[in-house]
Amino acid sequence: MSFSKIMLLVLLVSAPAFAQLDPSGEWAPRFHEDQPERIPGPDIGDYLGLPINDAARMRGDIWDASLLTLPEHQCKPHPADYGPRGPANLRIWKEVDRESQRLIAYHTHISWQAPERTIWMDGRPHPPEYAAHTWQGFSTGKWEGDVLTVYTTHLKIGWIRRNGIPRSDKATLTEHWVRHDDYLTLVSIVTDPAYLTEPFIRTTDWVLDPRQEIAPYPCEPVTEVVRPAGVVPHHLPGTNTFLGEFPAKYHVPAQAARGGAETMYPEYQQKLAKAAQ
Amino acid sequence: MHAVLMLALAAVAFAQTGQKAAAPEIHALPVQGNIYMLVGDGGNITMQVGKEGVLLVDTGVAEMGDQLLEAIRKITDKPIRYVINTHVHADHTGGNEKIAKAGITITGGNVAGNISDASVGSAVLAYQTVLDRMSAKPTGNQPAIPFGALPTDTYITMEKSMFFNGEGIQILHQPAAHTDGDSFVFFRRSDVVATGDIFVPSSYPIIDLERGGSLQGIINGLNRLIELTIPAEKQEGGTYVIPGHGRLCDQADVVEYRDMATIIRDRVQDMIKKGMTLEQVKAAKPTRDFDPEYGATTGFWTTDKFVEAAYRSLSPKK
Repeated sequence: MSFSKIMLLVLLVSAPAFAQLDPSGEWAPRFHEDQPERIPGPDIGDYLGLPINDAARMRGDIWDASLLTLPEHQCKPHPADYGPRGPANLRIWKEVDRESQRLIAYHTHISWQAPERTIWMDGRPHPPEYAAHTWQGFSTGKWEGDVLTVYTTHLKIGWIRRNGIPRSDKATLTEHWVRHDDYLTLVSIVTDPAYLTEPFIRTTDWVLDPRQEIAPYPCEPVTEVVRPAGVVPHHLPGTNTFLGEFPAKYHVPAQAARGGAETMYPEYQQKLAKAAQ
Repeated sequence: MHAVLMLALAAVAFAQTGQKAAAPEIHALPVQGNIYMLVGDGGNITMQVGKEGVLLVDTGVAEMGDQLLEAIRKITDKPIRYVINTHVHADHTGGNEKIAKAGITITGGNVAGNISDASVGSAVLAYQTVLDRMSAKPTGNQPAIPFGALPTDTYITMEKSMFFNGEGIQILHQPAAHTDGDSFVFFRRSDVVATGDIFVPSSYPIIDLERGGSLQGIINGLNRLIELTIPAEKQEGGTYVIPGHGRLCDQADVVEYRDMATIIRDRVQDMIKKGMTLEQVKAAKPTRDFDPEYGATTGFWTTDKFVEAAYRSLSPKK
């Protein structure tokens, strides 16, 4: 083989994977119409627009926010699928192999509870099922045109909405990271055979903010409420008197507040209007 | 994994020996420090390896003995010194005979000089009731458990401790939980706890009422596990937890499971207080919101069996 052919082969083999639109940088979140849910937090019993099943609905109904006062619950970070929905000042940076300059991974850091995540870009397989599940799960990415598509498994049990609606550890997450100049959009698709009847799709936006500095987020559990050992706050089925507050406050039909896949679609409004006639 | 668990549990239910297991492969997952988690048919096996030799927590099913030895030998050629059984069931003690026979007990002085077979086989440790049950006269057509599979050393206090391979090891008894002979094994330097079947994150709590188990005992065990474990940062990692079956876990996973077990206990207890019969409790479906995560309609440990065991366990004793 000639020298030129060898060089060509070396170039082909060692050429870095092209990051079509590198998402690296400091990104400031934009909340838009989602602000009430994402920052103050959702109301108790607000399941609108969630493709949940009856089991998930019941988990929401029996959820007591006092659960979060237990020391072992206080420092939980948002899992990978929910992290971008919180106070999500975001940093993305890439890791490359020094010799070949091949892209190994993207890393992300989010402000609230400071979760860090790795998106492997080097083609490695996902771990076996018996490996540990983590808050951020195990993510692998690939370029589809200019879109970075990420697939995540091995998530710990988490939440679809911060009012008790669960997401199981059987769930997977597919994401499409789309950069348009100084804007970054994440399309997130959660599939959960345990608690969702359809994939749950959300979009989240950021604006490039090179001056952004993310502060540390230490967390140390403390005794917030003195209670007997082993108590787990929850409502017995049928006893949660707060569930009616959300539909009353916003004049939402009670049946719509209960959520379900149907409530995700525009046709549902027409159905409600027809029923009200 | 769920299918494997069900298969293993089915074996437990009907025999102390003689299971017909499949999937002849054991996978080794390095955990941290000196510890590996060995995953195959039957219960999870915890292996501690160091310059003094090998210590195993549980030995899986009998049929996997050769594969277990092979898996150990892929990692180390050091002698197998100790086996600790977390409880009596055959998916955790089935490999005892083969593994113990392949090991060597540490002996010395007059013992080694005067008793020629003192060092033959590894030592097998367990809570006293494990030995009592394994050595009891078999019922029905079940064969007796071979002498070589029995624990060689037992404890009757709440704790037994030892120092091996450079770390302190606590064997912690948890009364009336999965059975009446359960032990956690806590490797203090490696920071790993092997739980046996008090913690099986892929199913509802498995309560062996016949062998002295109880739902409250399991919840007590889970709360003790939460006290033992310390997450590294943001409720993750730190102390790792090797459950009786299923994937490697940490404190956050135990917390989720403890929450579920406690909430269901509270519901069933409330129904018992209201005078509901077992049939009425079953009809009320007190687990229905957790079923997609932990429930089963087929296999050995169905949701129905769990609810029944919970009801019987929590009902006042007559």
